[in-house]
Amino acid sequence: MKAEAAVRPAEPASSASIPLTGNEAIARGAWEAGVRVGVAYPGTPSTEVLENLSDYAPSEIYTQWATNEKTALDMAIGASFAGVRSMTSMKHVGLNVAADPLMSQAYIGVNGGLVVVVCDDPGIHSSQTEQDTRLFARFAGVPVLEPSDAQEALEYTRLAFQLSEDFDTPVILRSTTRLSHTRSSVAVGERVEQAPKGFIEDPQKTVIIPANARRLHPKVVAREAAVARYFEGSGIHRWEKGDRKFGVVTHGTAYLYVKEIVPEVSILKLGSSYPLAENTIREFAASVDRLIVCEELEPFLETEIKALGLAAEGKSLFPRCGELSPELVREGFAKAGLVEAAPVTLNETVENMARPPVLCPGCPHTASYLALRGLGARVTGDIGCYTLAAVDPLRSIDTTVCMGASIGNAVGIALSGTEKRPIVATIGDSTFLHSGIPPLIDAVYNDVNITVVILDNHITAMTGGQDHAGTGRGMRGEPTYQVNYEQMCRAAGVDWIRTADPYEVGKMYQTLREAIVHKGVSVVICSRPCVLDPVRIKGAPLEVKAAGCVACQSCMNLGCPSITWSDETYEGRNKVKIDPTTCIGCTLCAQVCLSDCIQPVTA
Amino acid sequence: MSAEAKRAPGAETAGGRNILVVGVGGQGVIMISKVLALIGQRRGFEVKQSEVHGMAKRGGIVFSHVRFAPKVWSPTIAKGEADALIALEWAESLRWLDFLKPETGVFIADTRRIVPPFACLNRQQGAVTAYAKATPAEVVERISNAYALDASGIAAGLGDARAANTVLLGCYSVALDEPLEHWREALDLFVPKAARAINHAAFDAGRTWAEAARAGTQEVPTMPALFSARGPAVKSELEINAAWCKGCDICVKLCPERCLALDKKQIAVLTKPDACTGCRVCEWLCPDFAITVHQTAVGAA
Repeated sequence: MKAEAAVRPAEPASSASIPLTGNEAIARGAWEAGVRVGVAYPGTPSTEVLENLSDYAPSEIYTQWATNEKTALDMAIGASFAGVRSMTSMKHVGLNVAADPLMSQAYIGVNGGLVVVVCDDPGIHSSQTEQDTRLFARFAGVPVLEPSDAQEALEYTRLAFQLSEDFDTPVILRSTTRLSHTRSSVAVGERVEQAPKGFIEDPQKTVIIPANARRLHPKVVAREAAVARYFEGSGIHRWEKGDRKFGVVTHGTAYLYVKEIVPEVSILKLGSSYPLAENTIREFAASVDRLIVCEELEPFLETEIKALGLAAEGKSLFPRCGELSPELVREGFAKAGLVEAAPVTLNETVENMARPPVLCPGCPHTASYLALRGLGARVTGDIGCYTLAAVDPLRSIDTTVCMGASIGNAVGIALSGTEKRPIVATIGDSTFLHSGIPPLIDAVYNDVNITVVILDNHITAMTGGQDHAGTGRGMRGEPTYQVNYEQMCRAAGVDWIRTADPYEVGKMYQTLREAIVHKGVSVVICSRPCVLDPVRIKGAPLEVKAAGCVACQSCMNLGCPSITWSDETYEGRNKVKIDPTTCIGCTLCAQVCLSDCIQPVTA
Repeated sequence: MSAEAKRAPGAETAGGRNILVVGVGGQGVIMISKVLALIGQRRGFEVKQSEVHGMAKRGGIVFSHVRFAPKVWSPTIAKGEADALIALEWAESLRWLDFLKPETGVFIADTRRIVPPFACLNRQQGAVTAYAKATPAEVVERISNAYALDASGIAAGLGDARAANTVLLGCYSVALDEPLEHWREALDLFVPKAARAINHAAFDAGRTWAEAARAGTQEVPTMPALFSARGPAVKSELEINAAWCKGCDICVKLCPERCLALDKKQIAVLTKPDACTGCRVCEWLCPDFAITVHQTAVGAA
């Protein structure tokens, strides 16, 4: 029996097949499930889930960017309390931030269906760690659904809302970068409105004081067994009968690689790793001679299966770190003797250079970090585009830990008493709002001597330009209250605050020097909009008057991708040239040029 | 290998295709991937198109896997399984060579070079860029079905270098027996209205180029050697006259290599002699004429 047939309410037949990414399909599934409130903090690869949800009519769904993942989940929980279906989406590390409400809500349960979409990033394409959210699901006692492709992403999202209400639990829908950003054809359905239930007064359930929590915890344990039982019979786990010599237990995107490489074997595709389908797995294991577990990241299923007393191979064949690929899965099955090793490729490994991402031409962060390097500061960094200033040629960030860590790290360095250099915390505007305010309060409370630089580019840039409470606009472009950083810092007790324009290199340097000299907590707000979002900025380009260039390389220290070497040299060093198609005319290079040879383009 | 002896782009295995499109952030990799995906769908195949976002946007590496076939499982193409590699930048074309099918894989690349700041870190006299060294002639020699063209130049000649991606798409289009109007319709879905005319022209130019290549009448474009004009290696020595230095810190703050510092007596000293390139900035800026740069050609007496 198909899971969908069992739990999905009557609905119109699929109306069309359209190409959707995994994230678009999740948004579509949520819309079809009648979700009323969607809130999230952006984070690659999850960002497009909420962006796509906001493409549906505001009369059907309220969508908004939240300050961070915890407040997003708190708001989604509030909407669930009030009896409507709600959803939040985040990247894997976002769930670390939202862990507190998730753990509580696992006890409390739901009124309106509550779905937490978590997108893992195996291979660390754009994150600080790679984490396996299945471990979090088990930790919290919250069922996790793991679609393999966009079609399943849509179907499992609808199922997740139904499960949430049927079993009185939040449900995690786990995606990965590969699923979120792969486009494939999806048969879509229509929206099924859910009648709002309203708030149900039941303090024994909704107020998690110790007496209630002690009563709720056994319910979580019982629910684990109930959901596992439901999964066993639901068809969400698919047993594809094949060659009985080998049986492969797999899940999510790994399933696709298994089908690509060893389509002939017996496959047990699990739609969920938690709660575990113990009986199905035992039955499957008994039907095959050799059991292999192919899963991405942690040996989650492998450990569980071995704990059942079953012999299984997994991480001895497939890597535990990084993203799986058809090549790696083939390698694993070749090791197991199922397939031939990879066919010989061209093996044309040509000597090549690294091409790390760089700050954009005209990026306002550039001058701030150039000045900080010149000042010889000990710089704690944070999460955003500006993390790129950690590498050459700006190389001006000493530490980066996680969202909002910069200020707390700086306070700790100051408290250690060992640092002789000026201590500076650098943090973007969106990250400051996300989790930079409590440590700023700590900084003042501990009366440490640090400088906090708020890199205010008026947007959440790294994830593609999302609005936040500091931009004065909501996610549908509606005007809303704009946070005033200066007032906020003042309220925290900071008495030395300056706002500076990072396009004025000298002024920036001067302001930072004054801030460092100030005893106590000083704040410099570097205010200049991102050159990409919300509008792409393109001004008149500059050019290098080659006759005057002495190839000193001062401008190359900016790391601007519009500036590169030319074929002309001066005393054996390459002069520079500027690509007029990408130069936005920010003038930073002209300001640092010692021979004044960088000028506006003349016809 | 002569151009005549090569397999033409259209001679790939019938049925589905694995196409890997690569380039640098902002070049339009995703746009032509979407067009290819749509063409695959039109041909009645299952289609998967997989890309990577995030950091890639900031001038980093961008790649997109397009697969269409009666049934597609993996969203990504395995190494050695790509029917075609379409590269919008030269060094990027070399990065993904091992994805091509041996013998039959078609290589189509723009010879345009985008040299990142990262490749220009060594400023010593006589040092060279870290940019990939392989030339189009070398690659065409090594791969049976390699096509290297100055797509950016062709697009610029038509009025907008940004349409280079569409030139390459037009070049690849001869590999699929698909009517021209289908390609145009697909293009029109993904390019802004104002850019349609230039993209149609770019597509046609690419197609024409490929047809000529099939006929064996296209030359492999040559690329000028990168930064060949550097002079002979020179050895620099910095002479700091301590008696004249008043510790103003100007040279320390403005040295592009950050290799100077003030010592305990507030006198400028060269702390990282290996980093000094002899650029003379300190010499020129010193208000007290306390610094002199001596340069001697390496090997000279």
